[in-house]
Amino acid sequence: MASVTLENLQKTYPNGFKAIHGVDVDIQDGEFLVLVGPSGCGKSTLLRMIAGLETVTEGKLSIGGKMVNDLEPSQRDIAMVFQNYALYPHMTVYNNMAYGLKIMGLSKQEIDERVKNAAKILELTEEQLTRKPRQLSGGQRQRVAMGRAIVRKPSVFLFDEPLSNLDAKLRVQMRIEIKRLQESLGITSVYVTHDQVEAMTLGHRLMVLNGGNVEQLGTPIELYERPASLFVAGFIGSPAMNMISTKMSSDGKSIEIASDISLALENGGAADYAGKKVILGVRPEHLELSQTDNSLPFTVTLVEHLGADTLIHGHFGEDMTDLTVRVSGTHTVKAGDQLPVTITRDHIHLFDPATEKRISL
Amino acid sequence: MLKRVHFEPSVLPYLLVAPQIIVTVLFFLWPASQALYQSLLVEDAFGLSSEFVWFQNFEELFEDPHYWGSFQRTFVFSFLVAFLSMSLALILAVMADRVIKGSGIYRTLLIWPYAVAPAAAGALWFFIFDPTVGFIPYALQFIGYEWNHKLNGNEAMALVIFTASWKQIAYNFLFFLAGLQSIPKSLIEAAAIDGAGPTRRFWTIVFPLLSPTTFFLLVINVVYAFFDTFGIIDAVTGGGPANATNILVFKVYNDGFVGLDLGGSAAQSVILMAIVIALTVVQFRFVEKKVAY
Repeated sequence: MASVTLENLQKTYPNGFKAIHGVDVDIQDGEFLVLVGPSGCGKSTLLRMIAGLETVTEGKLSIGGKMVNDLEPSQRDIAMVFQNYALYPHMTVYNNMAYGLKIMGLSKQEIDERVKNAAKILELTEEQLTRKPRQLSGGQRQRVAMGRAIVRKPSVFLFDEPLSNLDAKLRVQMRIEIKRLQESLGITSVYVTHDQVEAMTLGHRLMVLNGGNVEQLGTPIELYERPASLFVAGFIGSPAMNMISTKMSSDGKSIEIASDISLALENGGAADYAGKKVILGVRPEHLELSQTDNSLPFTVTLVEHLGADTLIHGHFGEDMTDLTVRVSGTHTVKAGDQLPVTITRDHIHLFDPATEKRISL
Repeated sequence: MLKRVHFEPSVLPYLLVAPQIIVTVLFFLWPASQALYQSLLVEDAFGLSSEFVWFQNFEELFEDPHYWGSFQRTFVFSFLVAFLSMSLALILAVMADRVIKGSGIYRTLLIWPYAVAPAAAGALWFFIFDPTVGFIPYALQFIGYEWNHKLNGNEAMALVIFTASWKQIAYNFLFFLAGLQSIPKSLIEAAAIDGAGPTRRFWTIVFPLLSPTTFFLLVINVVYAFFDTFGIIDAVTGGGPANATNILVFKVYNDGFVGLDLGGSAAQSVILMAIVIALTVVQFRFVEKKVAY
């Protein structure tokens, strides 16, 4: 059990490419932190730096209060689950799990006990322990990879997109198992994924990375309710948040959504942005299909029936601004229909188009 | 409706495979059958008549201590050539795998020896080790060692082993390098996290995963040492001194074309043929099935 502290952690490759631009985070003991972002954002690099597979160019990395910048991976008391599982193909499942323990110099009895115990937790049968990895299914291999991490009883678990090679159904199942396992073992974990659903469901806290920079660090709900930037707003939530270019009124107390429709802002608005252009963000699930004084005339172009929800795509206004509305249940809306859509002020987000940062009200 | 794709009878397919069949028959099957036939004949000293003697040539061979000596030398020679060239190639491949800058040049240079003809390679080593004008014997003098492979049979054997290995290293290097590069990097990383140091990682992860390549190369190298080293032996030692480097393939030539014992030479080549067939069977049986993990 240990905390992991990153202080101004940076990575520059020998060719001059700067992959990580200074990350600061204090991962609490027992916390589940998810690093999330699009491919190439540096999330895997950051994880590999914590693992010791990539060198730290600048900054300080501590595990359990001890600086580990220059320690070998094996000395950091970590275990890692790789995307392709990285199981040793020539060893049986048992030996795959026992490999690290043998190197630790544990007794045969102790090794046997730990491996059997891990197998039990992960529901691997005795017979499966004698097989080679290639004789197992994807989900079973995933379990073995986790087992190899568990038996070492590390202070920190590192997961590098461990579920991306599984099919959708298995992924959901393994996601739940990882969450349950992490909670029961209480081991500090860092998990890399590009899948925002995985990130939201697994993490105590999420770190959204973009181009080697931290866009936002916070709990899943914080990220959902108060995205710090346009990037986070667009990345978290599915379908993605609607972004509408609008103008702040001259007194800064309301925004003008369309030519004659304006929306009064909470807390007296933002006087700094009076008369300026702002980007209004509204999640599809926060739009209402109702006729009010300032509802928008919405033209439907496409309807997606998901069963539990219905996604209605369309546009409004003279410049045909795209909009997606999510309503629960099934609806008999068809393309070409005209509907009134209302934006309520409770769930709106405003962003500065220049800095792409959130405008706080 | 037709159950299968149906073609009109035509001579075209036969024409297309004809070149392959003609080459195989003309250059492989016919000479091989000639060797088989010759091995059952004994020729008189002047080459004017020959007599069909069934397996007399083979019987004589198996009773000949020189032949068994040559067999033994061939095994020593091929084992050492395979071991030396494969282990050196593996070391070089492991190092080349780590080089990042200028790896292209490094690899290209290491492949060059393979392009040198056996006789030319033999001549090269012949000069380097020549007891009179060679550089190495001259250098060895200073540490008090008298090198003369023209008199010392063991030294002669060592020299042909070096030469044959040197030529084969490039080939083995290429395969080992390809084998190393096909091992997923994450496996090495996983082993590093599991606490294995570089040496341990090599012997417990990398080397076992290279086993299909290693086994393949072992067969190839033994075949090479058995059959493709004639040029080297001929150029470096000529089978001498006192038959010390007279391996089977050289003895076939020596007995047949120098000693003019065509029947005995043919019988020897038939035995070599059997050995190469056996090795090929081993190759197909095991490389493709057993060693896969």
